[in-house]
Amino acid sequence: MISIVILIFVAFIIYVLMRCLPTSYLEEVARAKSMQPGSKSFEEWMQQLSATYGMDKGIIPGFFSWCGRAIRGQFGDSWKWTVPVTQKFHDSVWLSFIMGGIAFVLELLIAIPLGIISAVKQYSKTDYTITIVALTCFSLPTFFFASLLKLVFAVKLKWFDLGGLIGRSYQQLSPAGQFWDKAAHLVLPIITLVVISIGSLMRYTRTNMLEVLNADYIRTARAKGLSERKVIYHHAFRNTLIPIVTIVGGSLPGLFSGALITETLFSLPGIGYVSYQSMVSGDIPFSMFYLVFLAILTLLGNLISDILYAVVDPRVRIA
Amino acid sequence: MSEKDKNNTPQQEYSLNDDRRVKVLSPGRLVMQRFIRNRVAVTGLIILAFMFIFSFVGGWISPYTENQLFYREDNQNKQYAGVTENKELRYVEREAGTFPALAQAQFYLARTKGSDRFEYQGTIYTYKEDGEDFFSIYTGGQEEPMAFASTTIVTSSTSNEKVPFMLQYLLLKSLEDEKDSFEYEGETYDVDEEGALKKGKEEIAFASKYIVQALMSDVFLSRQFREELIEEVEKGAKEFSFTDTDGVTYDYTITYNAATNAYSVMQSQSTKVFDTYSPPSSKHWLGTDRNGMDMLTRLMYGGRVSLYIGFIVVIIETVIGVILGGISGYFGGWVDNLIMRIVDIFYCIPSLPIIIILGAAMDAMRVDPQIRMIWLMLILGLLGWAGIARLVRGQILSLREQEFMTATEATGLKVSRRIFKHLIPNVIPQLIVTMTMSLGSTILIEATLSFLGLGVKFPFASWGNIINDVNNTYVLTNFWFIWIPAGVCLVATVLAFNLVGDGLRDAFDPKMKR
Repeated sequence: MISIVILIFVAFIIYVLMRCLPTSYLEEVARAKSMQPGSKSFEEWMQQLSATYGMDKGIIPGFFSWCGRAIRGQFGDSWKWTVPVTQKFHDSVWLSFIMGGIAFVLELLIAIPLGIISAVKQYSKTDYTITIVALTCFSLPTFFFASLLKLVFAVKLKWFDLGGLIGRSYQQLSPAGQFWDKAAHLVLPIITLVVISIGSLMRYTRTNMLEVLNADYIRTARAKGLSERKVIYHHAFRNTLIPIVTIVGGSLPGLFSGALITETLFSLPGIGYVSYQSMVSGDIPFSMFYLVFLAILTLLGNLISDILYAVVDPRVRIA
Repeated sequence: MSEKDKNNTPQQEYSLNDDRRVKVLSPGRLVMQRFIRNRVAVTGLIILAFMFIFSFVGGWISPYTENQLFYREDNQNKQYAGVTENKELRYVEREAGTFPALAQAQFYLARTKGSDRFEYQGTIYTYKEDGEDFFSIYTGGQEEPMAFASTTIVTSSTSNEKVPFMLQYLLLKSLEDEKDSFEYEGETYDVDEEGALKKGKEEIAFASKYIVQALMSDVFLSRQFREELIEEVEKGAKEFSFTDTDGVTYDYTITYNAATNAYSVMQSQSTKVFDTYSPPSSKHWLGTDRNGMDMLTRLMYGGRVSLYIGFIVVIIETVIGVILGGISGYFGGWVDNLIMRIVDIFYCIPSLPIIIILGAAMDAMRVDPQIRMIWLMLILGLLGWAGIARLVRGQILSLREQEFMTATEATGLKVSRRIFKHLIPNVIPQLIVTMTMSLGSTILIEATLSFLGLGVKFPFASWGNIINDVNNTYVLTNFWFIWIPAGVCLVATVLAFNLVGDGLRDAFDPKMKR
């Protein structure tokens, strides 16, 4: 319930922000858009704009009329892509989801074991190495890392293309070949995503594992004479899973949000790149939609992690 | 803690001199000691110190300024002239259009048949062979020819204009007859052996088997240049240089094109161009960038901008976060509820897309780069305070239940004093850690925006917009020195901030067992 109120407020702030953009800018953009082949005329765009966003009304009534339409899924036509916003969204979101999903699974498979190892062997060489690697990954600017990958693997070694989703000879390939062609184009972006996001999860796992390892029940388990293996993987790890599951569950909706920078750098037509292009070219309908969509995803993430927290940890009861 | 050795005289053992006291370190010293023992964190601190010196002192030491442009001399070859050795008959008419191409063909036919007259469109022409490959053509029994055909060409020495028909004809005729002068319309013209036509002392035209044409309409080729050029061409030279009347020497290269049977002459001219993408040298240690500016200096100023933005944004975030978080945590109840909902809302606002949209709008409105930078800082600060507010509130919620807060209440201190004098200082350790970490992430966000071309704009340098050049695949492939150093600086700085933050967290944590 409270999430819906927050969502309405976020949407309102976004709406106000959009309304605050100078009208001259909107008109300029609409005019430029109307020059595109196959596009609507300038007047039509402006009419659609004022109809969809209630530009002719005051800010608050306008917001509610826009909300009413948005709830029914009417986000209008995208200026940049000249198709309905929802259609463009539908076309591009799945690529992002697949990419994000693969990266996410890899991230979990790498980050959680490493985090646990570094916590178990606290202050050892391994721990320092893992910590520094994690912090470096965390500090890497996406664009710099992606450029390095491109230089090494695409330019020097020529293993992959510089960007795009399909190669030049895509049309001549068999269906299986087409699949592998697409897969090859996703390798570098996925590596980028994994490396960039691995650091924080690794640190998070380590911190939580350390906390658990200092707990009394671990001392009890050790005192009972359990093997170190059993202590760590049976008692400590399970308890570490509680915060991890919560945070992992919470980031699931984020898989739909797309990786704006990575997709832009590799020019993959996912939701991130599409929305970046829309935002840069001043495509208000699509940008509005994307912003609200992101806000919903964040709220959904919070909700899921709250619920998971209650489900996973029997000590927490929903009030 | 440390104690001096106890094996001294009994008097000293019971004295209360300073050297006998147990040395107690203040909490601050303890934290510092713990921090210094953490080698990784100290490394981070050293990197940071280096980066600060590099960006703030470096720009001052560097011999160049942020926007100083460098030039280099560049030799550009441009097409200057063409030389053709003429082997075909060329027709020159007295009046334009009186001897058309078809008549020329009739003349050619008559010549091969050996007849001395030909007909074209009812007019009867006669011709006379005045010399080798030199024919004059007459019509209607006139004495002066109406056209002539020759392989030698007469060109004016003074301008690009045509030489009068009769002068051309008489010049060629005199050359053929080896006469050294002729008279035309009451004036005497001298002809020398090389084919020059002089009126008095002034040379007005010359005859040559070579056609030399300037390839640009604004260039007039002097007679001297033509002669020297032809001489070189006859010698088969590939290069030659010529000093014109103004005393400027140019180098020319001559290439022969067998297909068109012509020589083309290129003039190499040195022009001043921006010294772009020049590789590292002793003058520019990291080369120059796309605009011909010194890369190392740009890097220093870029670091300055990145650090400035980082600090200002973090200060804005902290001020808002501490005030709102402090109020929220201290008062609780509906105030807390309200502020926390606002925090939730700000958590939910997707900041990067919003900054991109605003950046694009500022692009379209052509906002001045400096004002833009201020806006960028404000927006980043206003969108980023929620985390700090949450942190401060959480800490204060637990702190305000402690005894020392009851004591402050009992002494009747003002609320603002209680919050900002007694509660906030206790939050400062966590606050410093978070601030250090968010300095790193702010620099990253700024760099990302500048990389996308929506943050700090030219003429200001920032590490992000220096790397921006890598969008050009040619730069990515060939000019590592443009973008790798900036990237390394960026990674090193952000990493150093994170390491220091991490080290500080460990040092502040009293539960640490080391």
